Amino acid sequence: MGGNSATFRIFRHDPSVEGEEPRFQEYEVPVRQGLTVLDALFHIQERLDSSLAFRASCRAAACGSCAMHIAGRYGLACQTQVGPLGDGPIVLRPLAHLPIIRDLVVDMGPFWEKYNKIRPFLVPGEPAPEKERTQSPDDRDKLEGLIDCILCGICSSACAVGGTDDAYLGPAALLNANRFVQDTRDGAAEERLRIVDGEHGVWRCHTIFSCQEACPKGLDPTGAIMTLRRTIIRHRWKKLVR
Amino acid sequence: MHSHDVLIVGGGLAGLRAAVELNKANVKVGLISKVHPLRSHSVAAQGGINASLGNHPRGDYDTAMRHAFDTVKGSDFLADQPAVVRMAKDAPLRVYEIEHWGCPFSRTDEGKIAQRPFGGAGFPRTCYASDKTGLAMMHTLFEQMIRYQQAAERQELVVYSEWLVIGLAVDGDLCAGAVAMNIKTGEVDGFKAEAVLFATGGAGRIYGNSTNAIINSGMGMAVPYRAGVSLKDMEFVQFHPTTLLGSNILISEAARGEGGFLLNKDGHRFLADYPDSKKAMEVAPRDIVARNMAREILAGRAVEGTHFRLDLRHLGEEKIQKQLPGIRDLAIRFAGIDPADEPVPVQPGQHYTMGGIDVDRSGATLLKGLYAAGEAACVSVHGANRLGGNSLLDTIVFGAIAGEAMAEFVAGHVRPASSDKALADSAAREREAVERLMTGGGTEDPVAIKDEMKKTMMEKVGIFRDREGLSSALETIRGLKDRYKRVRVSFKGKVLNQELRSTIELGGSLDVAEAVVAGALAREESRGSHSRTDFRSRDDASWLKHTLAAHTPDGPRLSYKDVELGYFEPAERVY
Repeated sequence: MGGNSATFRIFRHDPSVEGEEPRFQEYEVPVRQGLTVLDALFHIQERLDSSLAFRASCRAAACGSCAMHIAGRYGLACQTQVGPLGDGPIVLRPLAHLPIIRDLVVDMGPFWEKYNKIRPFLVPGEPAPEKERTQSPDDRDKLEGLIDCILCGICSSACAVGGTDDAYLGPAALLNANRFVQDTRDGAAEERLRIVDGEHGVWRCHTIFSCQEACPKGLDPTGAIMTLRRTIIRHRWKKLVR
Repeated sequence: MHSHDVLIVGGGLAGLRAAVELNKANVKVGLISKVHPLRSHSVAAQGGINASLGNHPRGDYDTAMRHAFDTVKGSDFLADQPAVVRMAKDAPLRVYEIEHWGCPFSRTDEGKIAQRPFGGAGFPRTCYASDKTGLAMMHTLFEQMIRYQQAAERQELVVYSEWLVIGLAVDGDLCAGAVAMNIKTGEVDGFKAEAVLFATGGAGRIYGNSTNAIINSGMGMAVPYRAGVSLKDMEFVQFHPTTLLGSNILISEAARGEGGFLLNKDGHRFLADYPDSKKAMEVAPRDIVARNMAREILAGRAVEGTHFRLDLRHLGEEKIQKQLPGIRDLAIRFAGIDPADEPVPVQPGQHYTMGGIDVDRSGATLLKGLYAAGEAACVSVHGANRLGGNSLLDTIVFGAIAGEAMAEFVAGHVRPASSDKALADSAAREREAVERLMTGGGTEDPVAIKDEMKKTMMEKVGIFRDREGLSSALETIRGLKDRYKRVRVSFKGKVLNQELRSTIELGGSLDVAEAVVAGALAREESRGSHSRTDFRSRDDASWLKHTLAAHTPDGPRLSYKDVELGYFEPAERVY
């Protein structure tokens, strides 16, 4: 189809229905300037096929709900313009390595479990002062690119290692571990490094950079993992020479 | 049946802050949200949070009372002043606290929390984390929740993600719990609790052009409203001056606070031409800027008749990247425009619901055991117009206050045996209602009803209003409510039935929209965001009072209550 419409080819599956096989279903969506993949999904769900299931919330690339595989790469449906994708068929699939609940919606449970493992909260090194803990602008800058993670799960789905090792903490959890290691206000670096220093932690990464390529916020989880590795090695040396 | 001491509905900033407060007091908490908490709309907040820390070189003389005064003036004197004073006084405490919990605020050269100028504020007092302050605060509170969940000595803090609350159980003058539908299975179940908090955010999506997340349907206001709790000041709806043309994605007020210009089609900073904005220009409060934009549109001076140019180029790429990286990214990805090279096309869009569930200063409603906080509630601290940077503050100040109040309430409360029956009855009733939607032979298309509601609200209940438009809007909304009684749900699946869920929420949106229109039609004055072209001035003699809308089968029944003054005398509002 050409002109003012595009064909979407969407993964459909309801595992709760016994014997139901996964399949792809095609829909024709009128395209206008500025139309996003998320707009197209709503068009389909509201006007063509109300049975379609997908997640969405902020539609401004801040909440991470609408992460999926779009025309050959991972992305947020809300910030992906339809126009540049051509007439299609534009193939939409759910995130990988996670159980499917229905259609484009996956169970993020295993993703959150890994995130919870890294003790994702500040463990202050010192008691709180009366006012704010001070932090120099340079030290604050070290958190840029780490605090911007929206935990959409795309990096973990794009990660080739994630497909072969269910226990691998994955790029999102590791990037967030580094977020606290880098924070001058945190005092639990030793413990954090112990958590990620293992065969299912930072050493499992094969530095393929799939996570970095896929991240819809332009972050660099591979770089964060490498920073954690260097920090671990530095800490080991410190222990040896002590 | 699920059971907790306290049930929190909503996992945004207000809900999470309350959950942390309750868990500190070792109260058993269930937190229920129709999305995973981190998908809440709070993450989209950009510009910052107000607190009179005095960290800015020009902020030396700032005080909580000056913050309170600016807030009251910004509210066009409709805010309750003791509540505003409480919020302004708690502000530094709450901001330091969330910093202690790890919130990555931007910093001054001395390493203190950085502050920037914002609309309607006498001093630069808006604390920020670049232009992603909501995201930073949400992550921090979510992290604190996990900290409590992982602490062995703490009582339970259970999160129910993707459950939609559809009803409340009322036992005489007591709230006996809530009824919710599991979106993932279609199951309807009761949640027993001694106290329930609604922290469900605003109702922006009753409008066509809104910055709000798609989830902000207003359902969280409709549920308590139907259970007999009044909605307050619903006619006050904030339009944000700068939303991205077409998608209405928020472009933070920080863009103007940092020095951005707003230009009409002639490249002219038109705010200079209006007496109420000629001094403050781009940092005049939102109601005034949005109104003057609407005037420019009517006068034919908007770009292509629809929008304006937000020019940031003179700030330089470095400052844009440092202070406004998020909106730069949004402009590039959603409009194909880099603000460092080109002005951003913007238009006013619905942004914030000043009104909400009627609560007192502790977050309590008149239904014992039922509380509300954040945008879902109306304390009122925002009155007729909210200042930028005060909504994030509202969520953590009143989230904490409500949490504390509920812990106290629960400690002194003995649940009567009758409450369990009330909850069971309510669950049965709601289950039947869902069943009826699924099996009934309705013919009305929910999407058509929703589209017409949004269009009507946008066209007739927007920035400028008059009797004729509002009367016709009221008639339209009532007609839509009637059609909704025969609404059709075509898809019959139980798992993630998006059509069922949005149809249920549409019923809530319609109730809330009706309260907005009825309040706006009755209020024959112009105050803050409510601009009547047929009643152009503020009328303190008749209208210095809050609107209360009580739900009846025939629509809202309006009554009024006095504004609490006591600190600042109402005066003319110019900037």
